[in-house]
Amino acid sequence: MTTYYTDQHEWIRVEGDEGTVGITSHATEQLGDVVFVETPSVGKTLKKGDEAAVVESVKAASEVYSPVGGTVTAANEDLSGEPAKVNAEPEGEGWFFKLKIADKAELSQLMTEDKYKEFVASH
Amino acid sequence: MENTAEKLLRTPLYALHVDLGAKIVPFAGYEMPVQYPTGIIKEHLHTREKAGLFDVSHMGQAFLRGPDPARAMEKVCPSDFAGLKEGMQRYGLLLNDQGGVKDDFMLTKLADEHDLYLVVNASMKESDFAYISKKLEGELTLIPRPDRALMALQGPLAGQVLDKLAPGIDFLNFMRVIRATVAGVEAIVGRTGYTGEDGFEISVEAKDAEKLARAILADPDVLPIGLGARDSLRLEAGLCLYGHDIDETTDPAEADLVWAIGKRRKTELGFPAAEKIMSRVLNGTEKKRVGIRPEGRAPARDGTEIADKTGRIIGKITSGGFGPSLNAPIAMGYVETKFAADGTEVDLMVRGKALPARIAPMPFVPHRYKRGAGK
Repeated sequence: MTTYYTDQHEWIRVEGDEGTVGITSHATEQLGDVVFVETPSVGKTLKKGDEAAVVESVKAASEVYSPVGGTVTAANEDLSGEPAKVNAEPEGEGWFFKLKIADKAELSQLMTEDKYKEFVASH
Repeated sequence: MENTAEKLLRTPLYALHVDLGAKIVPFAGYEMPVQYPTGIIKEHLHTREKAGLFDVSHMGQAFLRGPDPARAMEKVCPSDFAGLKEGMQRYGLLLNDQGGVKDDFMLTKLADEHDLYLVVNASMKESDFAYISKKLEGELTLIPRPDRALMALQGPLAGQVLDKLAPGIDFLNFMRVIRATVAGVEAIVGRTGYTGEDGFEISVEAKDAEKLARAILADPDVLPIGLGARDSLRLEAGLCLYGHDIDETTDPAEADLVWAIGKRRKTELGFPAAEKIMSRVLNGTEKKRVGIRPEGRAPARDGTEIADKTGRIIGKITSGGFGPSLNAPIAMGYVETKFAADGTEVDLMVRGKALPARIAPMPFVPHRYKRGAGK
């Protein structure tokens, strides 16, 4: 099980062919209190970089992009009633959606945890 | 790259904000705290439950000096300022020649003082000061006071908190203003604010601002509150944000701010585009400012189009977000007047989808101003 990161502050945790996607702690700190999350429909096909979900804080709406291409297999329905889970556990219970990864080679274009930490520190 | 035009200013409380761990953002040319580590939702709820301290030193403060500055101001505003009693503050609309709203502001007549005390929006202060000076040249002199800081203490416990630092001050009623010594600092204190709650706005010399802010924050019932919660509080209170809900293209009639036209002024006129505005007050306007409650939890932001149930666009949201006290999205905007009745069903076009919503009365959260016993 490996977790990869994007420069848009999404993470994807990969187990076999399936990836779980969410936004990073750093992203939630930047957003502030999350009040609404819109997740993609199961079965939706996403390309790498497609708008996959929306996260809204008190102040503003932000898009969540799919770190890799694939087909959505699950969406975190809990977030519609408890969007604050994204702030509480951004890289756990606050996940957004799961997808069956179309091409695992795309993962190589993402950052490892160490690289992502460096990326955040340098921005 | 150095660019003086983009150089952001800091208020006298900047160091305090940094000290308190604020997240600083550019706003109206200033580096301002949008939130503290507490977070916008808790800051908002704390203000409604106890008391919060806001730095609003970026706003424009000035004094108006002349033979009769109140009468002079009536030439550019529809308010009854000549009837403003000593020790009282009044809301005003600064109008352009077409009757559009150039800004909104608060004007105060302090007891035993001839000059009037003016507070305008931060983003408009340079423009307002120039406009008033030019329009009323020879009648009054506008004296900007960038040497003064301004802070707001808001919430149901604001009265008891400030009374500990200025004994007796809790006796003031809504819209009363006095000069007072607060925690040893000379201040102009008004029972006013922008949250719908009871509270005060306190103007002090810049050099005294941090001392007073720290004295107020030493009270365990007070938290520092950023601009994020200031915006959600004022939206729940149904109060306009200049540049969003009112601007030079809207007039007092369609903005539903007819209450800001003084009774005497309605017949006496003499303010910009007075006949046109009063005709629109009497005969109605094509569109009207309304409150909007989206169904579900998705907020609809400023700029969102409003459609009727056939899909025809009938208006636009001018302020939209999430109301923490209601735990629901709220908005205000303009719709064609025939859709402006409370309860009217509309759709909000958010990310290509029609979100059902209803026109709703404002304020969304009842105002709780200090009235009654007191003075």
